[in-house]
Amino acid sequence: MPPEPLLSVRGLRCGYGRIEAVKGVDLEVAEGEIVALVGANGAGKTSLLRAISGVLPLFSGSIRFAGEAIEGLAPFERVARGIVQVPEGRQLFAPLSVLDNLRLGAFRRGRARTDENLERVFALFPRLAERRHLPAGALSGGEQQMCAIGRALMAEPRLLLLDEPSMGLAPFLVDEILATVARLRAQGVTILLVEQNAVAALALADRGYVLETGRIAHSGSGRALLDDPAVRAAYLGI
Amino acid sequence: MAEFLQLLFAGLTVGAVYALVALGFTLIFQASEVVNFAQGEFVMLGGMVTVFAFKAGVPLPLAALLAVLVAVAVGLSLHRFAIEPAKGATVVTLIIVTIGASIFIRGIAQIVFDKQFHALPAFSGDEPLRLLGAAILPQSLWVLGGAALVVVGLRLFMERTLFGAAVRATAANRLAAELVGIDTRRVLAFAFGVSAAIGALGGILVTPVTLTSYAVGTLLALKGFAAAMLGGIGNPVGAVLGGVLLGLLESFAAGWISSTYKDAVAFVVILLVLFALPQGLLGRRAIERV
Ligand SMILES: Nc1ncnc2c1ncn2[C@@H]1O[C@H](COP(=O)(O)OP(=O)(O)O)[C@@H](O)[C@H]1O
Ligand SMILES: [Mg+2]
Repeated sequence: MPPEPLLSVRGLRCGYGRIEAVKGVDLEVAEGEIVALVGANGAGKTSLLRAISGVLPLFSGSIRFAGEAIEGLAPFERVARGIVQVPEGRQLFAPLSVLDNLRLGAFRRGRARTDENLERVFALFPRLAERRHLPAGALSGGEQQMCAIGRALMAEPRLLLLDEPSMGLAPFLVDEILATVARLRAQGVTILLVEQNAVAALALADRGYVLETGRIAHSGSGRALLDDPAVRAAYLGI
Repeated sequence: MAEFLQLLFAGLTVGAVYALVALGFTLIFQASEVVNFAQGEFVMLGGMVTVFAFKAGVPLPLAALLAVLVAVAVGLSLHRFAIEPAKGATVVTLIIVTIGASIFIRGIAQIVFDKQFHALPAFSGDEPLRLLGAAILPQSLWVLGGAALVVVGLRLFMERTLFGAAVRATAANRLAAELVGIDTRRVLAFAFGVSAAIGALGGILVTPVTLTSYAVGTLLALKGFAAAMLGGIGNPVGAVLGGVLLGLLESFAAGWISSTYKDAVAFVVILLVLFALPQGLLGRRAIERV
């Protein structure tokens, strides 16, 4: 029997009031994988990630992480276990300094490792080191995204959930962010990547899922999805 | 000149108390967008518990400490048993919950204590200090000093500690706060506890000057709210500024126009701010809305 995946989602339903945004999704992420989650606007990708992080309650379904059921845990307990999200639209603490944003990323980690992790984030994103005393809201779009990723890394994620990290960025910055994602995986971080840039995301990913109005419509290896005519026609615009 | 100084000090003294109430409003508002109209009851509890414990023979400092603890317990219970179970309700619902809680606390206080007005001895005697012909109560200095300590202490806590940063982060972006692993429920409980302690402290310090009764909370909540609005709700510096300004306005209105209108000042301020200056004097800095 293969080892249990790091994350395994079963029959997940969630939404807002009477609106069901995710309508029974099964999804797995194995340790060390990059898994891409693609789909049109409004397909339910953000809702699914929010449910995994615990900030959106489930209607039904189960979430197992590292062999344990976690759907009953509060968001902060999930962060403590290593599920860390870079949310859509970055969601920085705008009036707080870059340094405070990063330190707060380590809120659930020992203070001892905070300085070491800060150094690591600054090595990854030297721009942030230069701007550490500026309010995060004063950063450019690309820098804000670096700050959001850096903040998540401060929490020492076992599973990093990235929600459209390249949204609104210039093309060269998109490449830089995706290169960073690849580098993080090389460092042993497992990644669930939501991207509007589906071709780039699937090319980078080991496996992928295509979400369509709250349901998984296709899944498979990144390569297979890129080659699937149905997926190409509907989602990749090629 | 003497009259001016007299009014100035009187205004600063009540203004310091309004500032503390407004600061309590601000803390809870930042953590939850809820305006806690039970804020005035914490001031009442501070004064009344101290009075009754003192009358029962407890030394004044211990009585004051007991009053702060009682207020904190009430503040935490308010959060735990009224705000927390209503999680997910609209902000308006939560505000109505706090109004209900304030009526409830006042009712209990009326039964546990009584309906009389009560005083405390001034901490350093009643002999007025003379300053350019004005007579200043030593207790006024206690109020001003105590309020200043609270303001500076709170500021340092918010700026220098990780938990303080977590409170500011929750105020700035609650979703992000949860995603970095901040227990926002604890942050809100903390805000209720600290607001209660601050309010109670104000009540203890000012009771020797203004007297207290089970019913003083209502007007104090309204005035603290006016002060917070005036300064720009959600802004701690604005809360202090608004409180002091409101105290001064009241004092000079009472001295130069008529003391009949003293309590009307707060209402006029609320109306003027609502119509002319909805963001308050300091408002929310633009960057917080990014
Ligand atoms: N806060 C919300 N309240 C109500 N409906 C929402 C909310 N957020 C998203 N939705 C709805 O849920 C569905 C899925 O949205 P979302 O998860 O954001 O999709 P995606 O991230 O794939 O674009 C959409 O129909 C959207 O309109
Ligand atoms: Mg989305």
